[in-house]
Amino acid sequence: MTQKCLQLIRRTAWLGVAALLCSLPSVLRASPDSARAANTEFLVSRDPVGQRGGRLVLSLRAEPKTLNPIIAADAPSREVIGVMQADLIHINRGSQLTEAALAKNCKVSKDGLEYSIELRRGLQFSDGHPLDADDVLFTFRVYLDEAIHAPQRDLLIVGGKPIEVQKMDAYHLVFRMAKPYGAGDRLFDGLAILPRHVLEKPYAEGKLAQSWSLSVLPSQWAGLGPFRLKEYVAGQRIVLERNPYYWKTDAKGARLPYLDEIVFLFVSSADAQVLRFQSGETDVITRLGAENFSVLSRQARGYAMTDAGAGLEYNFIFFNLNEPSVKTSADAARRQVWFRDVKFRQAISAAVDRQAIVRLVYQGRGAALWGPVTLGNKRWANTEIRHPARSLDRARDLLRQAGFSWKNGSGAEQILVDQKANPVEFSILTSSSNADRTKMATLIADDLKQIGIKAQVVPLEFRSLLDRVTQTKEYDACVLGLASFDADPNSDINVWLSSGGTHLWNPSQAHPATAWEAEIDKLMEQQLIAKSFEERKKNYDRVQQILDENQPFIFLATPDILVGIKNNVGNFQPAVLEPYALWNVETLFLRNSSEAAGK
Amino acid sequence: MKITSHKTVALLIFLIFLHAFVLAAGFIAPYDPVQQDRDRPYAPPAAIHFVDAAGKFHVRPFVYQQRVREGSFDQYEDDQATRIPLKFFVTGASYRLLGVIPGTLHLFGTEEGSVNLLGTDGYGRDLFSRILYGGQISLLAGLLAASVSLLIGTFVGGASGYFGGWTDSIVMRLAELCLALPWLYLLFGVRAFLPLLVNPLKAFLTVVVVIGALGWARPARLVRGVALSAKERDFVRAAKGFGASHFYILCRHVLPQTRSVILTQAAILIPQYILAEVTLSFLGLGIPEPTPSWGNLLSSLQQYSVLSSYWWMYLPAVAMVPFFFGYLALSSSLQDGPRADKIES
Repeated sequence: MTQKCLQLIRRTAWLGVAALLCSLPSVLRASPDSARAANTEFLVSRDPVGQRGGRLVLSLRAEPKTLNPIIAADAPSREVIGVMQADLIHINRGSQLTEAALAKNCKVSKDGLEYSIELRRGLQFSDGHPLDADDVLFTFRVYLDEAIHAPQRDLLIVGGKPIEVQKMDAYHLVFRMAKPYGAGDRLFDGLAILPRHVLEKPYAEGKLAQSWSLSVLPSQWAGLGPFRLKEYVAGQRIVLERNPYYWKTDAKGARLPYLDEIVFLFVSSADAQVLRFQSGETDVITRLGAENFSVLSRQARGYAMTDAGAGLEYNFIFFNLNEPSVKTSADAARRQVWFRDVKFRQAISAAVDRQAIVRLVYQGRGAALWGPVTLGNKRWANTEIRHPARSLDRARDLLRQAGFSWKNGSGAEQILVDQKANPVEFSILTSSSNADRTKMATLIADDLKQIGIKAQVVPLEFRSLLDRVTQTKEYDACVLGLASFDADPNSDINVWLSSGGTHLWNPSQAHPATAWEAEIDKLMEQQLIAKSFEERKKNYDRVQQILDENQPFIFLATPDILVGIKNNVGNFQPAVLEPYALWNVETLFLRNSSEAAGK
Repeated sequence: MKITSHKTVALLIFLIFLHAFVLAAGFIAPYDPVQQDRDRPYAPPAAIHFVDAAGKFHVRPFVYQQRVREGSFDQYEDDQATRIPLKFFVTGASYRLLGVIPGTLHLFGTEEGSVNLLGTDGYGRDLFSRILYGGQISLLAGLLAASVSLLIGTFVGGASGYFGGWTDSIVMRLAELCLALPWLYLLFGVRAFLPLLVNPLKAFLTVVVVIGALGWARPARLVRGVALSAKERDFVRAAKGFGASHFYILCRHVLPQTRSVILTQAAILIPQYILAEVTLSFLGLGIPEPTPSWGNLLSSLQQYSVLSSYWWMYLPAVAMVPFFFGYLALSSSLQDGPRADKIES
């Protein structure tokens, strides 16, 4: 026993020294004074009470590119920044509804154009500096500054005009929009409020985009999230420590977060992440494929694997519906005539075995799809959309109606031919780096073989695939997936609007090419300015119906969100919205954290 | 050339036998290699029994029907109630032997249920059939690429060594350039130029011919070395004296002396190019799904889940071993063996 303890001490000694050295600056900074804490309007968490201490280790797919929330666009940066920052109004990842965060409350004017926000009083940034309305003003000035190129800027332009922000007093602000915007409160989610006292100088000097790179000193970084920067080791890890000024408490009044530290290790491949988790090096694993999930479940020791249910990712196959240009070869143009026939697309949809995709690609951990709204989206599904089972007879009927017929091939098989007796053959693009979608395409090709269509799966490197789909438009069909970041239809608006860049089957149109695309455009605009949820839902239901009738996307399946976590982590509630596991990081805690900390 | 070594003869017979086995894939394999059985993904190899669960002996070997365990995706158990007897010469999926002779007769199989001697892959396709059919593609790749390389290498190398001087310098610098080319990137480029909708076999053969054509440099250098010494020999000089043309001397006197070098090279190059095909398919540049080749059969092993859960997915690698052994042993026996036409210095 003693020997074991000694060993433990020896093993953890260096960690202790490191922790001491690194915590020096935070000791030097003023500790949160109790007088201020007494006046602070804390947000009280509803999660069960846990215990302080310990550290959580996770792996990240890549090194974050920056710690600057204004310019961060890559997923690893956003994941790290997500636990270091806070927003005025937050979308609860569990309920998918908005709730007040830094704002104590938010009132919307009757015309839907004005949002009045009152800040919580007594809040401080992670360096101890108080937060007030000037910080919020500064934040929005920065996000809306064209020279900064913030990725969120587009979201803050409503009705062609940027949102106007006006400070009423130190704690009251009014946001004005040019047009009513359905679910305007969701816009505030993820907009990190910035510390004016730190960033105003670099902003004035025009160096904002360069500040807060990974090499920033922890003392020069400040945020409102549950954790703050402690240490960054290039190529290895980034360590965050507890923010002692955080503005949430648990039900007993103890200041959150519970954890002392979060460590992000940089582990580039999914398989390597699995091995790290399996060996106990990391505590949490997310973004798991079904195969790795079952490998981990089979040998679970000291950790639990959770299937959080269907996520928001929808996978689909779509055909090239672009107008043939002068460069399109005669062969390709001939194939595109089939694709533009709605009966052809409906026939493909009827011939695809979605259940086989769920079973063979996701090992049953997913759901078949007939529309863009997945089971993970709690409020927006149109329940009227039918889920017809696979029917080769129906597919053949539709093809016959569209003027196709069959002739005998070399063997016993039948070959589908069009009116001019050309055999129906096309290629299906998939991303070579995504094994799941390549598998889907292979299954679809086999499904189509049964109705006499010869489809050839072509795995391409992802960048050249996107280039073909959105730029050169030299392709026949393509299997892709999209994952919305929010459960609201507005997050996918660029997919459905005919002018949108991700309107994949015929992107960035000057005018809607078809009547149904024009109708979708109109409905999406209408739901954008509708005031009530019911009205928005009615419009979006119709959009789903039009998509079902015209099958520009033939929806296939959605994977479940699969996560794994060590048994000693408390309050773990995986959500189907990103960040799947860390959305309630402030209330995560380690049971018996004294033991866990020495791990 | 006289093949005098018994070892060489034995190895040749061994290799011919192996190739015939793969060539007759249609007959030997019980199933169509692309036929999916979606209810049986990752079924393990079926055990062949003679004695049933009750201890009774059967003359005709049999397998038990494998069933997916309730609520599982890839856990199978033998259903000991259903015995599936194995039969020889059953009719099944249609095929074309050597690409021409149509047939439906298979060496072995079952009348109902299915027997997967080496298990199935993620789509429920029979791995045994896929390995046999995959061998056709991979071996064809090796043989084709090696012959292209040798053909170019022999003529270019022979001419270069025979003529010497400027011709030699230019050809050899060109050879060095070819050796230094990063062929993998070149292949990425070649694949990108091909249209999307091409017959996968054609696309693949193009790629193979490209590797073969780029690989001429090494045999060319060896042949050149032989030609350099051969052209100084008395009978070559005599032929020159009699006024024979360069082409005649090259074909009649110089190139025949390179035979043993070429044969040895062939035995080395064929497995090397089979391996090149495996590498390419492993990287997704080779023949695409659903057509099998040894390379793309192995490419599923890139996934940790497959690597750790389904051991039979390694079997395509095992299948390659006898071929590689045969070829490499042949090349060393060709080098060591008594050679009537050994070049004397």
